Amino acid sequence: MSGPGARAFPVNWWMRAGWIALAVYVVYAASRLEFTWARFVVGLGNGARFLERMFPPAIAQPDSLATGLLESLQIALLASFLGIVIALPVGLLASRNLMPVWATWPARVAIALCRSFHPVIVAILFVKAVGFGAMAGILALMVASVGFIGKLFAEAIEEISLKQVEAVRATGASFANVITYGVLPQVFTRFIGFATYQLDSNLRNSTMVGIVGAGGIGGTLFSAFQRFDYDFVAAILLSIIAMIMVGEVLAGWVRGVFLEKGKVDAE
Amino acid sequence: MSAPAPALELRGLVMEYTRGNPVLRGIDLSVGTEGLTAIIGPSGTGKSTLIRCINRLVDPTAGQILFEGKDLARLGGEALRHARRRIGMVFQEYNLVERLSVMENVLSGRLGYVSPWKAWMRRYPQADVDRAFELLDIVGLAAFPNQRADSLSGGQRQRVGIARAVMQQPQLLLADEPTSSLDPKTSVEIMELMRELGRSQGIPVIVNMHDVELARRFADRIVGMSGGRIVFDGPPSALTDEHLKQIYGGEGWLH
Repeated sequence: MSGPGARAFPVNWWMRAGWIALAVYVVYAASRLEFTWARFVVGLGNGARFLERMFPPAIAQPDSLATGLLESLQIALLASFLGIVIALPVGLLASRNLMPVWATWPARVAIALCRSFHPVIVAILFVKAVGFGAMAGILALMVASVGFIGKLFAEAIEEISLKQVEAVRATGASFANVITYGVLPQVFTRFIGFATYQLDSNLRNSTMVGIVGAGGIGGTLFSAFQRFDYDFVAAILLSIIAMIMVGEVLAGWVRGVFLEKGKVDAE
Repeated sequence: MSAPAPALELRGLVMEYTRGNPVLRGIDLSVGTEGLTAIIGPSGTGKSTLIRCINRLVDPTAGQILFEGKDLARLGGEALRHARRRIGMVFQEYNLVERLSVMENVLSGRLGYVSPWKAWMRRYPQADVDRAFELLDIVGLAAFPNQRADSLSGGQRQRVGIARAVMQQPQLLLADEPTSSLDPKTSVEIMELMRELGRSQGIPVIVNMHDVELARRFADRIVGMSGGRIVFDGPPSALTDEHLKQIYGGEGWLH
């Protein structure tokens, strides 16, 4: 049967064929799209000239920089807050361990729709609907937040221990009380985690929706690009980086507060 | 046990998780207004299902569950919730809300009476709070009201579970294998606590357990189940090796 020299594992020809097909396709696609080394090297030169014109950064229009940044921040905060408020009931309805099929199905469709487009595409739609300005940006990022938080919240609820829920149910508690005592405590820390992550991500995206006219610093950035005002572009980019970093520190601080609380309680 | 009117009466209770494959094959059981009834029997014989049918954590396929003049098997919605408020339950794995404090867990025994807003804001009536402190004192956890449930030992958790059930001011206390996850010494303490609380509250206690010796020691009445039926029902003194053979099958394990 299996004498000396036998293979420990059977040869998987399908797997080998798959890898070869993938390699062939990568080479083919790269050639179709003129994805070549030569163009990359030329591009490096262009990039260097571009960077040269960006330095030193200069704040050509301090007013529009300040209003743009502030507007982006407000878009992010409002969109996160409103989005999360809507996402919580939607996520709860979508959780298959607590809700009947007639509730989870529409909730899941709503979440999938919210997630199917990039915020910039949704922003374009809202600019068409409600006109230029922050309102469109807020609505676009709200949709993204409902999709993201709703999905993660539903998943978090689907992973809870039903024993704790059962015990609360056994006391004769109403459905609302079962949710507040049996379900929410189990998902709370995870919820704080992805809510702060969403705020972070909304902050980033709020700097971008302006490119399509939905308010925020993106509009200022885009017009500076079009004027070849590269030193102002550099100033805007640096301020965006600063804002994102401050946001990240704040988000970390919020997480820390709740983590710390948990620790103290556990002692 | 010759109680005038039973606190709980089961009539012809049948439960099938899958059709034509009954776990309970017609249980008739009447429980008086006091005393500790232990249900013993091999794993998978439907002890847990029986206990869970009583407060409808699982729904029986057929039969009646008569409690306080109502057939619980027929209730639903609010009527069922109101009936559940009158039945306390203690679980094998304690089933505390791990991330909440001991006090929150004990007070959750009142969730059937408190509005969602007040429950969310933790605004319980002062009488409930006083009673919760009193119960924590009785179960020996007066020092830990604000500790998180997941920081407690198994025995401590079960004490919180018992306090939560008694907090309901129930007319019946159910316990589903309350000592199976505990060491022998703690098991005895927990059984003592359940018996004492049943007596001081003047309510019957139904405990489902696999430890025959513990059942003999604490129960006023033992109900032996086998294959989804009751095969023994009597005081601990009447439980002989013959009965145990009939309940668990075989005899090699007996001595």
